[in-house]
Amino acid sequence: MHPAKSVILFTTASGAGYGLLIWLALFSATGTIAPDRGFGFAAFVLSLGLVTGGLLSSTLHLGHPERAWRAMSQWRTSWLSREGVAALLTYAPALLFAAAWVLFGTNSGIAAFLGLIAAAMALVTIYCTAMIYASLRTVHAWHNIWTRIGYMTYGLMTGAALMALTGSLWGVARLDSLLGAAIVTTALGYMVKWRYWRFIDGTSSASTAETATRLKGDVRLLEAPHTEANYLMTEMGFQIARDHSAKLRRATLVFCFAVPFVAFLLAYAAGPVLAAILTLLGTLSMAAGILVERWLFFAEAKHVVMLYYGEKTA
Amino acid sequence: MTDLPDRTERKLGLVIDLDICVGCHACAVNCKEWNAGGHSGPLTDTAPYGDSPSGVWFNRIHTFEVNDPETGTGRTVHFPKSCLHCEDAPCVTVCPTGASYKREEDGIVLVNADTCIGCKLCSWACPYGAREYDETEGVMKKCTLCVDKIYNDSLPEESRVPACVSTCPVGARSFGDLGDPDSDVSRLVEARGGVALMPEQDTKPVNRYLPPRARKGPPPQEASGTSEDRAPRMLNHDSGERDGAGLIARWIDRALSN
Ligand code: SF4
Ligand code: SF4
Repeated sequence: MHPAKSVILFTTASGAGYGLLIWLALFSATGTIAPDRGFGFAAFVLSLGLVTGGLLSSTLHLGHPERAWRAMSQWRTSWLSREGVAALLTYAPALLFAAAWVLFGTNSGIAAFLGLIAAAMALVTIYCTAMIYASLRTVHAWHNIWTRIGYMTYGLMTGAALMALTGSLWGVARLDSLLGAAIVTTALGYMVKWRYWRFIDGTSSASTAETATRLKGDVRLLEAPHTEANYLMTEMGFQIARDHSAKLRRATLVFCFAVPFVAFLLAYAAGPVLAAILTLLGTLSMAAGILVERWLFFAEAKHVVMLYYGEKTA
Repeated sequence: MTDLPDRTERKLGLVIDLDICVGCHACAVNCKEWNAGGHSGPLTDTAPYGDSPSGVWFNRIHTFEVNDPETGTGRTVHFPKSCLHCEDAPCVTVCPTGASYKREEDGIVLVNADTCIGCKLCSWACPYGAREYDETEGVMKKCTLCVDKIYNDSLPEESRVPACVSTCPVGARSFGDLGDPDSDVSRLVEARGGVALMPEQDTKPVNRYLPPRARKGPPPQEASGTSEDRAPRMLNHDSGERDGAGLIARWIDRALSN
């Protein structure tokens, strides 16, 4: 599948923003972080900024962005519509949670409760995003449980990194808890990605050139319907060379998981200044890594329509 | 709404005979001709006379080569492909705006160009590549089963079929109600063992494809053994003979390959 920049940016940025919101709520509910107004302001601007920026970027790839509001209407059947509704609904508790923290300096009691509602809604939104892809039977690399687990894990992982980063820059008291969350989710992220690759490498779609044509025997494309690439081929026929994909998988492992994991671990043991520097390094590396991860998520996915264009399996 | 109707009164669709299609692309051309000015028109072309022309088409003719390992025979099969107007159309249920819908009265799947936001998700959901995005208009387009032709009272009765059907010079395409077991098309499907494409995708296509008929008689035998069995060759290029024919042949061969 063609890896569109706007969609890569949207899914990674909104995932990280929602992840950060979830951690803000969890650490408030458990009383781990004090309602420091400066810290709260920075964290909420970062979180809601990423979410909003991501949503805006996702409308950029639409043919008619001015009609985007219509996408809220079909929540009964469409995961894209559900995602839009969930994203919009999340703003209400999230903004109230932010207001309680930043304006009234509290993140416990009713504020924590609002936070937990916002966190639940954020998780639902990430789930809807994952389901847009996971519900497509036409793309074997997406139509599986690892897509859902992956999107949720990477939202929590990148959110935890941002939480640790903001916390370390603000010198919050319980930075060790924040780093602990980042370390655990990074390790989890690595395991999920590994399982995902093992799944897509070892299995393929039930559809083949034979089921696509229902012709008996060995089916080969003799002549394509058109001489130049059409919409289907540029959108659905994006192919990445095997050695390129291997290189990018290694880059994902290093930048998205290995470097951040080590950096957060060292930060855990280091003094506050060094911890902040190491957390910043780890987070920047993860940001680059998650973009490569998401690019690959599209580039490695094959669509069954290509079975009509010479592919034997999908 | 993008909820699919529980059932449709009729299931209008196409039956395509892969045995007699000659791959002339006439149906695709007439489809483009009719629909460029129809319900979903224009079907925009980009750089039609440029280096890499591209454009929106509702109907595409693929050509496959099928080799049967059991009999050792091969054949060429021309394979027209357009929207199959699926009963469980995934392109409809994924649409976030309701622009994509399936009609309750006849099962035709259409796109409302006034509400489509051009998110392209429906084209990802269709296994058959039946939806093509119009870059210029920013909306999705697809086969309408010539909804503006089949119900058109100002046309003579016999012309009220999709453009691809009326133009096919060999009669490889039939149109009718596949929901009615007594219709001509249903009988044809029954008689010829018509099939649905990619049944494992659970889309329940309405259109059916009639598989190529089995070849009559035994497959041609591979020429065997001795040279007496073989048809006599006119010229033997490899022969070292110095007779006239061989020399001329070698000379022509050399002259042409220079
Ligand atoms: S063929 Fe594709 S576009 Fe047509 S109804 Fe089926 S899924 Fe939808
Ligand atoms: S491109 Fe248009 S018709 Fe297709 S899913 Fe999006 S809004 Fe619906």
